[in-house]
Amino acid sequence: MLELLYAVLVGPVKDMAGAPAFLAEVIIGGLAAGLMYSLVALGFVLIYKASGVFNFAQGVMVLFAALTLVGLMERGAPLALALLATMAVMGALAFAIERVVLRPLVNQEQIILFMATIGLNFFLEGFGELVWGSNVKRLDVGIPDSSFMVLGVQVNRLELTAAITAAVLVAVMAVFFQRTRIGRALRAVADDHEAALSIGIPLNTIWIVVWSAAGLVAIVAGIMWGAKSGVQFSLSLIALKALPVLILGGFTSVPGAIVGGLIIGVGEKIAEVYWGPLVGGAIENWFAYVLALAFLLVRPQGLFGERIIERV
Amino acid sequence: MIYREAGQFKSSYASDQAVFPIRQDRIVVGLAVAAAVIAVPLVADEYWLQAVLIPFLIYSLAALGLNLLTGYAGQVSLGTGGFMAVGAYSAFKITSAFPRLSVLVAFLLAGLVTALVGLVFGLPSLRIKGFYLAVATLAAQFFLLWLFNKVAWFTDYASSGTITAPPRTVASVMVTGPAATAPVRYLTALAFVAVFAMIAKNLVRGRVGRSWMAIRDRDIAAEIIGVRPLRTKLLAFAISSFFCGVAGAEYVFLYLGSAETLAFDINVSFLVLFMVIIGGLGSILGSFLGAAFIVMVPIFLTNVPHLLGLAMPVALQKQIELMVFGGLIILFLIVEPHGLARLWQVSKEKLRLWPFPY
Amino acid sequence: MTLRRVMIALLAMLVIAGPAAGTVFAQAKEMFIPSLVYRTGPYAPSGTPFANGMWDYLTMLNERDGGVNGVKLIVEECETQYDTKQGVECYERLKGKSGGAMAFNPLSTGITYQLIPKASVDKIVVHSMGYGMTAASDGRWFPWVFTFPTTYWSQASSVIRYIGQQEGGLEKLKGKKIVHIYHNSPYGKEANPTLEELARLHGFELTLLAVDHPGQEQKATWLQVRRINPQWVYMSGWGVMNQVAVKEAAAINFPMDHFIGNWWSASEADVIPAGDGAKGYKGATFHAPGTNFKVHADIVKFVYDRGKNIGPKDKIGEALYNRGVVNAMYMTEAFRTAMAKYGNKPLTTEQVRWGYEHFNLTEARLDQVGLKGFTHPVKVTCEDHEGSGPVLIQQWDGKKWNVVSDWIQPMREVVRPKLEVAAVEEGKKLGYTMRDCSKEN
Repeated sequence: MLELLYAVLVGPVKDMAGAPAFLAEVIIGGLAAGLMYSLVALGFVLIYKASGVFNFAQGVMVLFAALTLVGLMERGAPLALALLATMAVMGALAFAIERVVLRPLVNQEQIILFMATIGLNFFLEGFGELVWGSNVKRLDVGIPDSSFMVLGVQVNRLELTAAITAAVLVAVMAVFFQRTRIGRALRAVADDHEAALSIGIPLNTIWIVVWSAAGLVAIVAGIMWGAKSGVQFSLSLIALKALPVLILGGFTSVPGAIVGGLIIGVGEKIAEVYWGPLVGGAIENWFAYVLALAFLLVRPQGLFGERIIERV
Repeated sequence: MIYREAGQFKSSYASDQAVFPIRQDRIVVGLAVAAAVIAVPLVADEYWLQAVLIPFLIYSLAALGLNLLTGYAGQVSLGTGGFMAVGAYSAFKITSAFPRLSVLVAFLLAGLVTALVGLVFGLPSLRIKGFYLAVATLAAQFFLLWLFNKVAWFTDYASSGTITAPPRTVASVMVTGPAATAPVRYLTALAFVAVFAMIAKNLVRGRVGRSWMAIRDRDIAAEIIGVRPLRTKLLAFAISSFFCGVAGAEYVFLYLGSAETLAFDINVSFLVLFMVIIGGLGSILGSFLGAAFIVMVPIFLTNVPHLLGLAMPVALQKQIELMVFGGLIILFLIVEPHGLARLWQVSKEKLRLWPFPY
Repeated sequence: MTLRRVMIALLAMLVIAGPAAGTVFAQAKEMFIPSLVYRTGPYAPSGTPFANGMWDYLTMLNERDGGVNGVKLIVEECETQYDTKQGVECYERLKGKSGGAMAFNPLSTGITYQLIPKASVDKIVVHSMGYGMTAASDGRWFPWVFTFPTTYWSQASSVIRYIGQQEGGLEKLKGKKIVHIYHNSPYGKEANPTLEELARLHGFELTLLAVDHPGQEQKATWLQVRRINPQWVYMSGWGVMNQVAVKEAAAINFPMDHFIGNWWSASEADVIPAGDGAKGYKGATFHAPGTNFKVHADIVKFVYDRGKNIGPKDKIGEALYNRGVVNAMYMTEAFRTAMAKYGNKPLTTEQVRWGYEHFNLTEARLDQVGLKGFTHPVKVTCEDHEGSGPVLIQQWDGKKWNVVSDWIQPMREVVRPKLEVAAVEEGKKLGYTMRDCSKEN
């Protein structure tokens, strides 16, 4: 019994202290992985914040964006042009979604809209594969996936680029929401649809803007993840890894997505590397959810989420 | 005109409180049950039974369980796959530990085990609500599957890492195992679903169901008038998990025959949730309709090209199937956001007047 | 509302029409072969070339020779998306079609586990070539299931033998570190007991690292690999796990020529995302890659030039394409074996089973088929449905796979006893009784 306690509580800590350079690598790896999750979570947050819809199809949008980008590049378009074209495609998709899915379902309950995004998920899955095919595609955006050493710790170039991109993206979104007119309108819509409508904010335009922004975030996430694993169907499954980040950070908070990502990333990796071998490994997946759950028990709306005010 | 209640009066409280008060309803349901029990095994071929009807019945049971939790008690849960796995693995362990025990009792015991597990994983619901709870139940989903993968005791240390349904008989008729015929397995699944549907219907009409609906609609107000949230929510989790556990046991014993943990992964949870939402949250009939939709539409879409005589490459066919399926879901939600059960209710209302306009 | 009426009409149609499949009856002189494929979904990059290889070979036989010994083959693909439920649906729909399916190649371990109990009830051969339930290789317990040319347990022992060869002898393995990275599922875990036993026998330090499905985030695993700093890494991966693993290995500058993937982790799809980083990555296989064989020339001539292909021409000769070809070749040669005894006419499934059980592919026959040097001769017996075949190691050079070893025999003395024990266990679970091979012909 005592050995069990020792093995669980003391052993891994000693392990960590004994090799600090390696611990630093694990933490850096965790931070980088967490930021990659945040990239995906940002898309969810954007849409939930502005339209109250939990977009189940976000993962497939990431896949679709990456497929479009790679597909265009394979057909000979240079990176910059392909990027612009993909942004246009995601904008057109946002427009179509607003017209076909959101407008007829305005004012319905959250769970109905959630279900509609599920239908959207299936549709985009089939459509993406139909247009671009189902084999693995290599995504080369000019960032090598090699590592270099900093103070005895190995750092990966691709992950560093992803981290910087995420930081820039969050900064841009923060400025967008706080300083621009559209950002203000978005915050108004997130607060109260009907009040926003009553002061003349065009709901439909707002929704198109929001879904396009989410599409943009999906492109970035698609590039980063696609560079790591090749662009293929499994890319849509990263949405599942982003969910613990969402619940930890709160569904409606952009900084929450980042902080949540960092916490989940580091927590996951440390648990897997130091405690994983005790139980046979592969605990990352459920550990992330348990970690998020633990935080939720303390703060039921997530770290940065809107305080849920309950009225009788 | 045909569906009128005129002329049917009740002379006792019991008949007034019947589940199907209108005589036409009783006749239709009686005919449907008779058809399901007698006609279907005689007429349907093995493909219909094995690939369509048996999974439909099993998924209906799981959808029923999830509907009780999500539709009536308002606790969104994405752990259905995990709970079905608990049911399957416990049924496996029980049948291997007690070979003389009737497999039907083993299913019920497996359901009990799942109910206990559901109780434990339902505890966060006291603090967390809404979509947050849904994502928290995913913790249950991933953890349970990891556990079954990791701990070899659950598969009786099998080298293959899978569980297999052992051949068992009930009243000297082979019910599980490779020699069990499809009609026998179909009737077993039908019996379970029918009994559980009756139990569920009476639960939701009674005090328990009303307390669930109170919690779902206004949980603080419910607490004020004396509905105890702890007990109510945990009871919902327990009963729902019981249903899902039995469904999981049936999934392996009556349908697949042999399964690994991947058969219960997150896709199953999502699938059952879709069934509940499409069928109608908070409706017993809705669970069946949703399960029918999700099970039969893909099969129908797969067979349409054959019917129309088109020869399409399979990949294209599957992709179009996915697109049509997604499109149908969106279309359905636009037409009737409250699910197929509501559509059925509206039709019944119209039937009462038909052929008169008012 | 008209939309609502349309919906109700659609619903009614769905309920009535339902799964009414069209029935096509096989003409005389035809045999029906269902092909379970996954051309869509998460495993499509692996499933598509396999499906193409199988289709092309069978179509080539139809076009060039009019079928097998004059009996035409009707091939019908059914999409499973690697999903067990859809696999069951495909099986039930196709098993009785067109006079009855001759054999099933499930192409998925999950679907194989479904079909093994049904195989002996429906009396249809299930050939899980190099995958599925290794214990089913004991034909005395599982007469209807075949796993030749080799299984995961044999493969693991062959890979260890290869590593021994590279290190200068199996004795040199003592004290070396070998890591097995595996997909956290029954498939991935298959090799573990064999590896653990070999670690005991030869004294190397084995570390088992599980990667949770689907395996898109493997940072923690490869950090641990960095810490352990093994001499060799063996991988039993599947799907996106392979691509990510190869990339991560390249990213941490692990010597790629000491990284060996099993035969489902060493295909073109697995190395493409890593680009140049994947150069030197090795993999196990039981057939050669490439197109330098008469069969491929015939496939181009009779299938692609006649427009009867499904996949693109430049993908012929890929690792998994050739695997589809070898699967189809085994199946048709088994038919030929049966026809040699029962006559050149459409066979019954019992006869097909006999053909599989007396399968004896010799070098001479391989030459006749047009696949000289493509794969190793295989002999199947009543007890041994595995054939206990050897493997080759291939290496990726950035553009294609090249064979870099001779045929490496498995350690049968380690694998077979464990296999027989497992077969007894699995067979008893299903209520089978052991056959006595000496009593049969």
